[in-house]
Amino acid sequence: MNTEALKDLLYKIADDQLILGHRNSEWTGFGPLLEEDIAFSSMAQDKVGQSWQLYQMLTELGESDPDTVAFMRNADQFHNCQFVELPNGEYDFSLIRHFLFDTAELIRFTMLADSSYEPLAQLAKKIKGEIKYHKMHADIWIKQLGAATEESIERLQKSLDMAFPYALGIFEPSRMESEIISEGFFSGEEKLKTEWLSKISEILDQTSLTLPDASLQTPVYGGRYGTHTEHLQPLLDEMSEVFKMDPTADW
Amino acid sequence: MYGGGNVFETMKATALADEDPVKLAEFEARIDRGEKIEPTDWMPQLYRKQLIRMIEQHAHSEIIGALPEGTWITRAPGFKRKLALMAKVQDEVGHGQLLYSAAETLGKSREAMLDDLVSGKSKYSNIFNYPAFTWADSCFISWLVDAGAIVNQVANSKGSYGPYCRALERICAEESFHLKYGHHCVIHLATGTKKQREMMQAAVNRWWAPMMHFFGPSDKISVHSEILMRWKVKMASNDACRQQFLDMYVPKIWELGLTIPDEKLRKNPETGEWEFTEPDWEEFKRVINGDGPCNKERLAVRKLAEERGRWVRKALLAPKAKYVTPLA
Repeated sequence: MNTEALKDLLYKIADDQLILGHRNSEWTGFGPLLEEDIAFSSMAQDKVGQSWQLYQMLTELGESDPDTVAFMRNADQFHNCQFVELPNGEYDFSLIRHFLFDTAELIRFTMLADSSYEPLAQLAKKIKGEIKYHKMHADIWIKQLGAATEESIERLQKSLDMAFPYALGIFEPSRMESEIISEGFFSGEEKLKTEWLSKISEILDQTSLTLPDASLQTPVYGGRYGTHTEHLQPLLDEMSEVFKMDPTADW
Repeated sequence: MYGGGNVFETMKATALADEDPVKLAEFEARIDRGEKIEPTDWMPQLYRKQLIRMIEQHAHSEIIGALPEGTWITRAPGFKRKLALMAKVQDEVGHGQLLYSAAETLGKSREAMLDDLVSGKSKYSNIFNYPAFTWADSCFISWLVDAGAIVNQVANSKGSYGPYCRALERICAEESFHLKYGHHCVIHLATGTKKQREMMQAAVNRWWAPMMHFFGPSDKISVHSEILMRWKVKMASNDACRQQFLDMYVPKIWELGLTIPDEKLRKNPETGEWEFTEPDWEEFKRVINGDGPCNKERLAVRKLAEERGRWVRKALLAPKAKYVTPLA
């Protein structure tokens, strides 16, 4: 088994879940309505919990314990796509990101349920059951706000246009993409992207929103190998503020 | 979470003059028999008004209370704490949602209540006007402020208004988990490294006065209302709740090797009552009337959330674009 390729795959997924979960949790207390506050908090718990399980899998493959891996690395050691680290902005951006990202996640974990690495396949089966609800939540809101008032349509369209190149960065191919595929760990980012484009179009077609032409966009790559925006390090500094006071202490 | 010290409407002697005496007697007899009053039942205007005010204040306290703790979600040390705190604060916002619904059954909309919160017309629990400076402060809140809230809410869950009682029963069940989580966090700090112990002690020192204020002014000086007790709107006196809290938690705090910044604090073996330095009620009044360390910040955050979310709420109200008026 090519352990390095497997770790490469697991790290990027785990880091995506942790960072977006963290961003989702920032909505606590600030949602546009209480129900959304609660929904984003639920999704945050799922995502952070999922990252925790993936880090545990990495620990079994010889990496440090999950708390150390999550709380002690610097931005250049993170493998998340840049999309998830962008600040929440207004609700329109958070919603669009939630929709674009979670649609990809549901497909990703559905694909991973067939992984040749059995522990990952088992975990993916559990996770896809959770993400299913995230996607349902996103779809309902996109359909509603994407066809409601002039302001809501305009806001969502603007966020969609801004977010789209970053969303394409989700599918940045791994340096070990061919090993990952040939080992049967995962059927690859390209396949995921193709299915994703069809799924998001399916929902957007029911709204007044227009999907930008993917072929005309330059995907924002780099996140998978440590190139990040200026927003990630401050997020990590905040996350580890207490933990780093004494990493050996029992909190 | 919530405290006592509810701000009730000042009652006029004539408040019940317009009520139908037969219906009023029937209403009071039902309460005496321990029956619950339901939204469609007849009730005196004063009862409705006081209940709206009380439940609304409680709901506001839940969502404002989510702010000082919420700021620690992104900084919680380690996965276990991060996940638990997220779930805990989410519960609090959920309590807010539940309580606004309970208050709405009495005729005031959630929007109107939130408007009154932002404008400063409605109050919320005073304790959230103090800042949570450190992780230990958030642990103090989770354990002891929630413990205080449980004392108060368990009493109120035996009240007379059905929807409020049912909401409180569910809330108390969830709060009991918060308390366990908070206690677990405090134990780890109080028995941890030197730095952790100092951090925890400093939090106790900072939060003790607001905690004593939490249950509201002493019955000796607070506006007394026999009728609210008779109608089972207010179920326990502020002093009784404070005594119960001290009795349950002071020994637990001491057990952890923490000290409490009140030299007079002791249980009188003869009376069985706790004796303590009288809290500064002038400060309490000052803070509740808007001049606390965080009043402005809390309301500003809430106001910002309301403003930034307005377009979303508006878009939910808009008729669907595809809707076509039927011809016939």
